[in-house]
Amino acid sequence: MTATHAGRFGVFGGRYVPETLMSNMIALEAAFDDARRDAAFQAEVATTLAHFVGRPTPLYHAQRLSAAWGGQVYLKREDLTHTGAHKINNAVGQALLAKRMGKRRIVAETGAGQHGVATAAACARLGLECIVYMGALDCERQRPNVERMRLLGATVHPCEGGSRNLKIAINEAIRDWIANPDSTHYLIGSVVGPHPYPLMVREFQRVIGDEARQQFTRVAPRPDAVIACVGGGSNAMGLFAGFIEDAAVELHGVEAGGSGDATAATLNHGRPGVLHGALSYLLQDAEGQILNTHSVAAGLDYPGVGPEHSFLKDSGRARYHVVGDQEALAAFKELCALEGILPAIESSHALAFARRILADRQGLRVIVNLSGRGDKDLPGLLAKGLV
Amino acid sequence: MAAVTIEQAFEQAVAAKRRALVPFLMSGFPTRQGFSEALKEAATLADVIEVGVPFSDPLADGPVIQAAAAQALKQGTTLAQTLNDVAGLKAPPIVLMLSINQVLSGGAQNFASRIKAAGVAGAIVPDLPLEESGSLRSEFEAQGLTLLSMLAPTTAPQRMKTIAASAKGFLYLISSAGVTGTRETFPPETLAYVRRVKQLSRAPVCVGFGISKPEHVKQLADADGFIVGSALIKAQSQGRSILEVLQPLSQAL
Ligand SMILES: Cc1ncc(COP(=O)(O)O)c(C=O)c1O
Repeated sequence: MTATHAGRFGVFGGRYVPETLMSNMIALEAAFDDARRDAAFQAEVATTLAHFVGRPTPLYHAQRLSAAWGGQVYLKREDLTHTGAHKINNAVGQALLAKRMGKRRIVAETGAGQHGVATAAACARLGLECIVYMGALDCERQRPNVERMRLLGATVHPCEGGSRNLKIAINEAIRDWIANPDSTHYLIGSVVGPHPYPLMVREFQRVIGDEARQQFTRVAPRPDAVIACVGGGSNAMGLFAGFIEDAAVELHGVEAGGSGDATAATLNHGRPGVLHGALSYLLQDAEGQILNTHSVAAGLDYPGVGPEHSFLKDSGRARYHVVGDQEALAAFKELCALEGILPAIESSHALAFARRILADRQGLRVIVNLSGRGDKDLPGLLAKGLV
Repeated sequence: MAAVTIEQAFEQAVAAKRRALVPFLMSGFPTRQGFSEALKEAATLADVIEVGVPFSDPLADGPVIQAAAAQALKQGTTLAQTLNDVAGLKAPPIVLMLSINQVLSGGAQNFASRIKAAGVAGAIVPDLPLEESGSLRSEFEAQGLTLLSMLAPTTAPQRMKTIAASAKGFLYLISSAGVTGTRETFPPETLAYVRRVKQLSRAPVCVGFGISKPEHVKQLADADGFIVGSALIKAQSQGRSILEVLQPLSQAL
């Protein structure tokens, strides 16, 4: 696994936060270190994953898709988890940690709404107060999830400014935490943010890769490649974690290319900088102002990326690709038609890249992380005539 | 070159038996012209002036300063324009306030030499805590610039000692947990915290976040100086002169 020194992955990562939050960051790091070594905590997480989340999730051989695309496609079915995306793995882990730390109030950001729903569910189960910040555009395009969060007892704050998407939601969540440092835990939804978040969220998500590696052994010792979409990068880091030490397995991350000039492909089009507490690749202008982004997928529509991905890109261990709105939508429809599975529009970016790599290299055996289900996307996509 | 250093500015205030006044203005707000005028007005009463270089995603700022930054950016405000607009001012000393990403974007060394050339005395980088500040600190020291440190009420005692002991220029005390913006009053704990920090710091101790009126100066009487930001920006956005806020504060010092 990638070496971490003082919260760094190579040069990336770190802890660039206002002084008001430093105590919280130090306390969180200590609490996570402690919890990791505590067998009782680990057992509680494992039990929750089994009985509340519904793990392990299947590794499904998509046979008709494989035949159509010319290879062997295995889908890691995170869409079958409770609340419908991989986000729940991290949400239950951090919620248990927050409770252990004596925090009664949870704030979270959400893009697609999946992390917000997962956090709301985890909080409801533990009796914690839950406040979710969500860009106003995302509230419109992921409306079913806004309603779910409210039903689960969360307060949802729509956020204006910028592209009215994930970046603004994170800004507001951090500001809330600055105002309520003692009572509150910020339950971040991806491998982004200041140390220890990128490391901690990866560890809560690595169950995806650990399971997939084990499950694949009934087919062959290892897959040729694993593929995941990258917004902040948590479902990808979770999957990669199971394979990173096996140099024979290719790691592919897929960023959102959006449409026209607007993109959210941070690792492909950005340069290193600091956003939301970490040094990582970043979409920014010459003055260091953060650029607005666009993608049809709210969960990928973010100008930053987790610092470990920046490290994996520069070291060459993982490769990162760009898939645009149209190509993702085509893959979305194909999975529906051929396999009877409605994928999240985020996950459809990973599927589209699988199609591309199989077209180039017939017969490859790949695992694609089906990070979530697409029910949340339907009203928005239908209203725009996109599906 | 700024004729007066930050240290000299505070010595002058002490000699005059006054606490220091440190207004915060946003470069390019409400317009480039409006900023230059406000800078001149502020200079008549200020001991040090803090100039914000607008950033797209200011995490420690409340709605008032966020909106000012957004407006300034929309009008094309840049670091180059800011340096150009403050370069004419000989006194009081100017310190910039900006995000670490704006510093790193063109390289820390380049940033330090550019602000030095404009006569700026130093900078406050709120999202650069002590642990991450080593390389910028040495870059600044090499150029004779001051990197100012911040303390928060949440800062643990040992860490408070370390930061206070190494503070240069002045030590920026965040009055209370939360983003920038006005606060009605300050509880007795805030004064106790100011007193504690004063014992640890050789640099003057200035309180910011929420300072807007003479009562605040009285409530936190032991501080060496007061930083006032959102209240000035609010006045500017209502078309009032910043002197309406600064004069009463200045008289209370
Ligand atoms: C289904 C799904 N996949 C992927 C993502 C992207 O996040 P990450 O890159 O952290 O996995 C999201 C985020 O909302 C999501 O909901």
